[in-house]
Amino acid sequence: MRKEKITLKIKRQDSPQLKPRWETFSLKYRPGMNIITCLMDIRKNPRTLDGMKTTPVKWEQNCLEEVCGSCTMIINGRVRQACAALVDKLEDPITVEPMKKFPLVCDLVVDRSSMFETLKHAKAWVPIDGTYDVGPGPRIEPEKQQEMYQLTRCMTCGCCLEACPQVNAHSPFIGPAVISQVRLFNANPTGRSNARERLESLMITGGAQDCGNAQNCVEVCPLHIPLTTSIAEINKQITLKLLGMLKE
Amino acid sequence: MSEIPVSKKVIVIGGGLAGLMATIKLAEAGFHVDLFSLVPVKRSHSACAQGGMNASVNTKGEGDSPQIHFQETIHGGDYLANQPMALEMCKRASGYVYLLDRMGVPFNRTPEGLIDFRRFGGTKFHRTAFAGATTGQQLLYALDEQTRRHEVEGRVRKFEGWEFLSAILDDKKIIRGITAMNLTRMEVAAFRAGAVILATGGCGMIFGQSTNSTACTGSAAGAVFQQGAWYANGEFIQVHPTAVPGEDKNRLISESIRGEGGRVWTYKDGKPWYFLEEWYPNYGNLVPRDIATRAIFKVCRELKLGVDGKDVVYLDVSHLARHVLEEKLLGVIEIYEKFAGQDPRKVPMKVFPSVHYTMGGMYVNDKQMSNVSGLLAAGECDYQYHGANRLGANSLLSCFYGGELAAQTAVEYIKGKEKEEPVSGGERVCELEVKRQNEINEHLLAARGKENPFSLWEEMGRWMTENVTVVRYNDKLKKTEEKLLEIQERYQDINLSDMTTWVNQPLVFARDLWNMIVLARVITRGALLRDESRGSHYKPEFPNRDDEKFLKTTVARYTPEGPEISYEAVDTSLIQPKPRVY
Repeated sequence: MRKEKITLKIKRQDSPQLKPRWETFSLKYRPGMNIITCLMDIRKNPRTLDGMKTTPVKWEQNCLEEVCGSCTMIINGRVRQACAALVDKLEDPITVEPMKKFPLVCDLVVDRSSMFETLKHAKAWVPIDGTYDVGPGPRIEPEKQQEMYQLTRCMTCGCCLEACPQVNAHSPFIGPAVISQVRLFNANPTGRSNARERLESLMITGGAQDCGNAQNCVEVCPLHIPLTTSIAEINKQITLKLLGMLKE
Repeated sequence: MSEIPVSKKVIVIGGGLAGLMATIKLAEAGFHVDLFSLVPVKRSHSACAQGGMNASVNTKGEGDSPQIHFQETIHGGDYLANQPMALEMCKRASGYVYLLDRMGVPFNRTPEGLIDFRRFGGTKFHRTAFAGATTGQQLLYALDEQTRRHEVEGRVRKFEGWEFLSAILDDKKIIRGITAMNLTRMEVAAFRAGAVILATGGCGMIFGQSTNSTACTGSAAGAVFQQGAWYANGEFIQVHPTAVPGEDKNRLISESIRGEGGRVWTYKDGKPWYFLEEWYPNYGNLVPRDIATRAIFKVCRELKLGVDGKDVVYLDVSHLARHVLEEKLLGVIEIYEKFAGQDPRKVPMKVFPSVHYTMGGMYVNDKQMSNVSGLLAAGECDYQYHGANRLGANSLLSCFYGGELAAQTAVEYIKGKEKEEPVSGGERVCELEVKRQNEINEHLLAARGKENPFSLWEEMGRWMTENVTVVRYNDKLKKTEEKLLEIQERYQDINLSDMTTWVNQPLVFARDLWNMIVLARVITRGALLRDESRGSHYKPEFPNRDDEKFLKTTVARYTPEGPEISYEAVDTSLIQPKPRVY
């Protein structure tokens, strides 16, 4: 049967200090709608189902094609990008909540800056000499490129942290994303020179060994990054390092 | 870092490829950078670039060279680009690809392990380096990582989640810094620097739906335009031939799809009709974007031969080898799968043209400096390099070249200034500018009118898309000008539906909207006055290129009554313009 209306239940919170509340919205259904078009409808006419005036719902967005990672939120209980969440594939009423593993800012906006901080500690870059033109880098076989490409697509969206049971208020686990980035840079012919320091950044309380192997991360990663393989590989590298057998 | 003297500091606005390239070059030159971005820089619009980046390395022995790349760039741009700058950009291209290679960008490889190159529009050479079909994302991440390294080493300070509001100009119209607004706390603050580089991208949002990210409003360029910076070639807006129309945005289906063998067709007399291949036997599906877009418009609107009578044609990759789809085109295939719900490996994609790229932009000289002393621009927000139509895979390149050049010029400018007069001073102008910006916010927050800013924006977008994109008529352009004036008046009767001072997104959007309307008027006026057809600008009433009158750069200056247009000679010192035939 063709839907005429859709119902959206949105968890709202005006600021970190105030209490959260749920607001319900009824929207006119159109083919091809996604959660972003729903939120855009609301901001044009911010009224709840009961006809009460409210403020436009706040959310983060940018590319709207699942390559920037901005619009990550929990939709019908699953963490994902709102732009790629098509209404036709969602059960009604649709619930929309902010991610829970990051500090709340407002409504669906959370502060994911901690993920970028962990990239700093892990030295997640290739330590090139400088940007002047010194010719091409090392040759890389196509298979290796394909392997690296899978890992370099990480948008730092935070889905893997959100879904991971080990990431919670009582645990310092840094989460899968950064561990996978360490794998990427340790596999780079130039990046390898910092491999030890990168591994050391993960040999802390809450480091790579704290993974509980729930495998939720690979399940929710929108880009299908082999996160658990990365964690296994890094734990292997850490063991080799401890045994003094890590190859330079 | 608060003790860093202003004379050692540069502000960069925008954390896409051009902004990050400038940042890295400035940090390497020993300068300190305050980097402002609406979003964490890793989420910038550069991530959306799919197909690749041009560099004529001729590793496939086809006889390609930077000189030919240059000629095709100029020809593709219908001779409106300043030639010496475009030549220099093409010469530097391979250096940038190799630099990115060293930074760890996973460019696709040949069996021997060399960087692979593919074909793109407007050329017959394999000239485009690529990383799957998410090249922009990969390039952006590489620069993001290098910027983070400089951040850790203390040379870069990031202000992510800040909106640029205005330049701070002193009595002599020299730039002293900027004002910006924190998008969470909504506080306005002044930041000082010796020079400011705008790398804020294009303005696709003016058209409602486009392939651009929602941050691409052109607001920053619109703001400095109202402060006296000139805006050039505004009327040249690229409409990409193949996108999936959507209510929130049109999703790009990269030209690389056709570069790897994808074919465009529709039904005619019950049989597939490959109209691009029939009309352009030399280049086929790889004619430049403006030409392919007009062809699709002709098929759908004039011949009424769109699929099912709609504004749709097929883009077909179902005949391509599976490994080509998986290894070279996956990112795009996934986008279509996710958003259109069908598998392009099996069924042809349904596409239609969409606003995509802003060829025009801030007026800059041959060193990326605007007409305002100390204010520079780079990347899609400047007007250089692409003329009247950009060739595919040249945009990423212009970000690197423009970004690097802007950084060099900023350094020279600050060093030169130090000798003339101290760059310090200017507390008073900072205070005044913050006050002025706060007053704008207070005014908007207090407004209790009836116009919703988002609805007003949609209305503008519909008018602009309908009348100021692929086919332009003077009477419709005049009506659009009137409409924009009306929208500007109705803006005075705005209502944000939100009076809070914590994450007030409607307030930010309303500020952007004003700047968008101002730029929409620049685009429309430029289009109205240019009575010819050139590149992306096509008027059926004036179907030919008119070099005598219009081989000129359009330069817009702000006046409260509307944009004032004048024309400037194009530097055609290297190649004689010839008819553009494909």
